[in-house]
Amino acid sequence: MKKFLAQAYLWFLLVLLYAPLFFIGIFSFTESRVLGNWTGFSTKLYANLFSGDMQGSSSLISAVENTLLIALISAFVSMVLGTVAAVGIHNLRGRKKQAVSFLNNIPMINPDVITGVSLFLLFVFLHFSQGYLTVILAHISFGTPYVVLSVLPKLRQMNPNIYEAALDLGATPSQALWKVLVPQLRPGMVSGFILAFTMSLDDFAVTFFTRGTIGLDTLSTYIYTDARKGGLTPELRPLMTLIFLIILILLVIINVRQEKMKKSTSK
Amino acid sequence: MKRSRWSIPYVVFMAIFVVLPLLLILVYAFQDGNGHFTLSNITRFFSDSDALGTFAVSIEVAIENTLICILLGYPAAWILANKDLNKSAVTIILFIMPMWINALMRTLATAELFNTLGITLGKGTLLFGMVYDYLPFMIYPIYNVLNKMDKSYSEAAQDLGATPWQVFWKVTVPLSMPGVSSGILMVFMPTVSTFAISEFLTNNKIKLFGTIIQENINSSMWNYGAALAFIMLIIIGISTLFTNDDEKEAEGGLI
Repeated sequence: MKKFLAQAYLWFLLVLLYAPLFFIGIFSFTESRVLGNWTGFSTKLYANLFSGDMQGSSSLISAVENTLLIALISAFVSMVLGTVAAVGIHNLRGRKKQAVSFLNNIPMINPDVITGVSLFLLFVFLHFSQGYLTVILAHISFGTPYVVLSVLPKLRQMNPNIYEAALDLGATPSQALWKVLVPQLRPGMVSGFILAFTMSLDDFAVTFFTRGTIGLDTLSTYIYTDARKGGLTPELRPLMTLIFLIILILLVIINVRQEKMKKSTSK
Repeated sequence: MKRSRWSIPYVVFMAIFVVLPLLLILVYAFQDGNGHFTLSNITRFFSDSDALGTFAVSIEVAIENTLICILLGYPAAWILANKDLNKSAVTIILFIMPMWINALMRTLATAELFNTLGITLGKGTLLFGMVYDYLPFMIYPIYNVLNKMDKSYSEAAQDLGATPWQVFWKVTVPLSMPGVSSGILMVFMPTVSTFAISEFLTNNKIKLFGTIIQENINSSMWNYGAALAFIMLIIIGISTLFTNDDEKEAEGGLI
């Protein structure tokens, strides 16, 4: 009985949490331009989305391309920068380590608006014209801390002597790096990359403040402008549905990986 | 080569893209349009009834949202962490997933759902939408702390004759406080600072503080916008004072 009540409560909350997402998902399978008006089952919106045959299609498609490109580039740079940083932080001691760890926490505590406004002021101050580059730099700045936090536990698990042993056995520093260090850290790097990637996909506020006035749109700024004009472009329904599914799959992958890692370390 | 030097590129990057920008908020907040030092941006806030009103509403909505999230989220986190009541890892993933979906998209979906159901957008829908958006951020840190908690404490209390109710209130709740305060940090501040979300959920009837900052920056009132951002930073500083180091662990591994 107690178990039944507990499960009922969880599912009640989940239904509440997911109702809007299901709502969008269901109405992605009808043609009606107005949301909530069911005019029969149809996959036309999906077809429109993939063929690019719709109103304002070129701007929506370029917004999706921009979103993915910015997320890929910034997550990759975050992964490299964050991994190198994690090795450094792991070897720091005392106050210095505390200071850098504190620095690493700032972007995660800062609300998006503050991050966005502060970076906007930076680019104004430096007379740096805003566009792709500034958005990517901004995304690297909030994505890298997550990579650092994903790689640090791997470094703690690693035997510090392996790297030195490789050097003693005649490996060059670059061989020791690629054949010993990187393979050991790879699971943390991949998790960090996925985290930085989803953070970038999710972002609205920081992009909004750092994209400048060249008409650069990511998916979230596109949706913002679209919604302010009144009513969402119908093709956004299938697009949002697909994004929900992709994120769900990515999350399952991360969690399965983590479970595996836990098991392999507990052996 | 000392490998601690590997942190240098990151420290330099963070100095330019995190520390310097925050300092610039301070600089712009205390300057007039010509770059002279002034306190007028700060004093203007205290005589700007529009901004003050929005500020008060934001704090009120954020407190209400945080309380509702604790009331709904704590029992959920407790059930999720209790192996007898919930064995499924999938329910945990389902609770965490909304954290990774663009809040703007979820908000628009929620607002559209209210519209279709014929519910008038206003304060009520704002709170509902905010709870939708932030509940996972409350559940997750509490779940994390409860999940890592050493079960022998509650077993010991039971052996010493405490009722289940007493075990819950005198052992479990106090030990889970780091998770709760971490959840408060992750719900309260973002609620105060959201922009766009409150407008969509209330059909432009209610603005929150983040929107005022955004409006000023976008209409080129950088100094006043920076002053408002500075006031927000002070509130963040105050609210992080109430938290301790334990919470960083609750927040870490945020997957």
